[in-house]
Amino acid sequence: MSEQSEEAMLTYYKRLFPYGPYFRWLNYGNMKEHYFHNREFSFTLPDDIYIRYQSFKDEAELEEELKKMKPQKIDLGAVYNHRPKNHRSITNFVPMEKELVFDIDMTDYDDVRNCCQGADICDKCWKFMVVAVKVLDVALREDFGYQHLLWVFSGRRGVHCWVCDDAARALDQSARSAVAEYLQVIKGGEQQNKKVSFNHEHLHPAISRAAGIVGHHFESMMVEDQDILGNEEAVKKFLLMIPDEQLKSKLENAMLKYHNSVSRWRVFEELTANTGKTKRQILHLKEEIMLQLTYPRLDINVSKQLNHLLKSPFCVHPKTGKICVPIDPSNVEEFSPETVPTLSQLINELLELNSESLSKDGKSLKEYERTALNPSIQLFKKFLNNLESSWRHKRIIASDAKMEF
Amino acid sequence: MEFQSPRHLARRTLKNSSKLKSEYPHSLQLYSVPPSETIGLQELEDWAVERLKVLRAVERVNLSKNTKFSDDWKNALKNDLQKQNIDSWYKLSSSIKDEKMDEIICKTRQKDHVSHFLLRLAYCRTEESRRWFISQETDLFRFRFSMENSEDIRIFMKENKMNFQPIPDEEKQKILTKLIHAMSFNASKIDTVEYYKVPFTEALDLVRHRKVYLQAGYAYVPNDELVSIITAMFRSHLSLAMALTIRSLPELEDDHRIRRLLNDFDKRYTGQDFNALQNKFSGAAITPEMLDGLSKQSYPLCMRHLHETLRSTHHLKHGGRIQYGLFIKGIGLSLENSLKFWREEFSKNMDIDKFEKQYAYTIRHNYGKEGKRVNYSPHSCIKIINASVGPGENHGCPFKHFDAALLRQKMTTNRVPQPAIQEIVDLVTRHHYQIACQRYFEATHNTEVDSGIQHPNQYFIESQKILNGEVKEKPKGAHKVQTIRATLPAKVEKPDPTDENHEILSESFETSKQKVSTFCISNL
Repeated sequence: MSEQSEEAMLTYYKRLFPYGPYFRWLNYGNMKEHYFHNREFSFTLPDDIYIRYQSFKDEAELEEELKKMKPQKIDLGAVYNHRPKNHRSITNFVPMEKELVFDIDMTDYDDVRNCCQGADICDKCWKFMVVAVKVLDVALREDFGYQHLLWVFSGRRGVHCWVCDDAARALDQSARSAVAEYLQVIKGGEQQNKKVSFNHEHLHPAISRAAGIVGHHFESMMVEDQDILGNEEAVKKFLLMIPDEQLKSKLENAMLKYHNSVSRWRVFEELTANTGKTKRQILHLKEEIMLQLTYPRLDINVSKQLNHLLKSPFCVHPKTGKICVPIDPSNVEEFSPETVPTLSQLINELLELNSESLSKDGKSLKEYERTALNPSIQLFKKFLNNLESSWRHKRIIASDAKMEF
Repeated sequence: MEFQSPRHLARRTLKNSSKLKSEYPHSLQLYSVPPSETIGLQELEDWAVERLKVLRAVERVNLSKNTKFSDDWKNALKNDLQKQNIDSWYKLSSSIKDEKMDEIICKTRQKDHVSHFLLRLAYCRTEESRRWFISQETDLFRFRFSMENSEDIRIFMKENKMNFQPIPDEEKQKILTKLIHAMSFNASKIDTVEYYKVPFTEALDLVRHRKVYLQAGYAYVPNDELVSIITAMFRSHLSLAMALTIRSLPELEDDHRIRRLLNDFDKRYTGQDFNALQNKFSGAAITPEMLDGLSKQSYPLCMRHLHETLRSTHHLKHGGRIQYGLFIKGIGLSLENSLKFWREEFSKNMDIDKFEKQYAYTIRHNYGKEGKRVNYSPHSCIKIINASVGPGENHGCPFKHFDAALLRQKMTTNRVPQPAIQEIVDLVTRHHYQIACQRYFEATHNTEVDSGIQHPNQYFIESQKILNGEVKEKPKGAHKVQTIRATLPAKVEKPDPTDENHEILSESFETSKQKVSTFCISNL
């Protein structure tokens, strides 16, 4: 099993981990007392030793502990009503708040991607993640009104989203599960071929918006890259999603007259455009199929539970050595997991650094700001600045309220 | 309500009807204030049993019918209650305004009030029973709500300070298309529909099913869906109250009569939990080698499918590992054997090291050896049917989660006779999943099941009994493994009126004032 060497991890925690911004994030402007101190951290140590319920007083204690323990992986849990460290001595130890989180993993796409399987990814299937980020980002912002979304590369083959708005962090379990289910469109296991069905005359605004986003990418990513209609077997598999037997055989005959994925998809589009209007069962067939193949596949248990742990941003992925860096959702197409800095690459960069370097305004730069990690840190800081402006606003309201009394 | 015990007549402590009337002005209750009057212990018991019957009826109807709260659903529930002679539970208001009617109705409302609080005590103790209770109570509330006329609803909302203001027409026109697209009813009605703008957290059920238009954290709720919001308030109110109830429970349980009453009620729901049941049928412990044989003979289809998937792909996703892992624990596979079984399969695909690190934990967790150290119970049919099953997953209930064609295929492979297959598929299309499973049992065992199938482990036990030629007679009074629901109205023995113990229970649900005299219910 490949892990990162202890020495490399020590260097990472000594010279590269962005303690300042990281603490600024989890401290949330200290708007609520002990918010940071009551947060659960979990560490994975070498040889898969897993320790839960760690908690730290402040940035300094966190830093000290990370340097001492050198965890291979850090998971973040909920903010509890007491210090997680003391959880054994407390009878009523319950999670109070946590970011609303989403976890999307490429392995859940194995039945719809033909380029790779399991842990492997390539540029072709990374597009599933691009679509996922786009669809969810807009839904969380427009429908739920959230503004502070931190998207993070999970280190190998997926993405995480941390919704950090005050209101989102305070959601209880049932609200979390309602949001997750609202965003979950694909339902059905291995033994169900059609996993997306809409029976109403109109598509819900959130669905038609998602279908619009998906439709934008569908031909290039599915019809071409994934070659979903590339051979007879693939066509048969595709046709399993057609609920109407008559239409199914009609499509089969027509599609097999053509010999590549793109023209077969054209046939499907033409035939369903005409017949679709008459039968309710196949009214939204094209959208249903596009969504079944490309709509984000959420691991909703992660989102539902308040105390569920999720790998922290700025972890080093133990297997790939890649840093779990933030992703800019407005620029997600530019992101490629291939170019994410790895720990060994960063350590090499450190070796080449001159002793001192100044930024344009004369301040001395942190070491991590002089490596390939810097753009990610800057992105994270941008996210933090937005987040902090919301506290400032709240503080003003709070102090105004006090004045009145 | 009549009083059968002479003691009740002797010490008539119930409030007179005019007082009752002011106490229960409305047929719908949010149960905010606990009852404080003195009520006979026998009566208390009777009322609670009745309420439990009602909640069971709600549960039954939920399982058998298609759309919840549709007219069919409501009629089915009414019929069920009528059959059991407890239809007064939904007749809580009346158009006939005379004194006698008023009295009956107020009495029923009181019964409703008191029994609700007693069952709260009985069902607050475990996460699962709390969830069950809250969910049935919420459905019952909604059912009753749906039968109120708009005037009554208006009064109810006003009394409970639920002030919703419809959005102005101007605002409605701006988002009209979105509203039309989000609604499930006929678009031509849109002009007459009023919309209420509420934070989405107050309309979770509508959000969950994408039944409302959402914008910037607000849900636009059409007036016929207001019930959903009010129901949600009822639910959150109740779940908060349940959390508080459990805190006062230790004090209450000092009274042994209450303790016995409550314990008993609790069991009436969960029945057998099938947790780590030893296999009494073969006499020998279950070993991994026996599972292939057992899966063909005695597994319900859901478990057989999981077993076969595991054997052929050497892997199951999380949901499948939990559902199947708990089941085999329930049929008597020890932790050691369980680890051995999973290890053997999984290691065909991965090295043993990876298995030990990533998967062994969950298995020990199932047996209560990790984490919270809860010895988890195998999942019941309800839980399995309601499970969310995603791509690549194999758990869930085949009768619900399989395409019909695949279900047919699977049953043909398992040598179910064709006529039975047809019958089962028909049942499935009508959403009778558990009855379908029962037919599957009957077809594969050539016998009838009188009690229905509620639990995969019950299925297994029934099957083993038949295969081992065990006489199906149950020892009197012993737990009836195959019935979860049917244990309900074990007739309560009437107390002997000469017995000194038969005092009236002076029952205040505020536990600090708890003064309960001796217990008078025997043989529950």
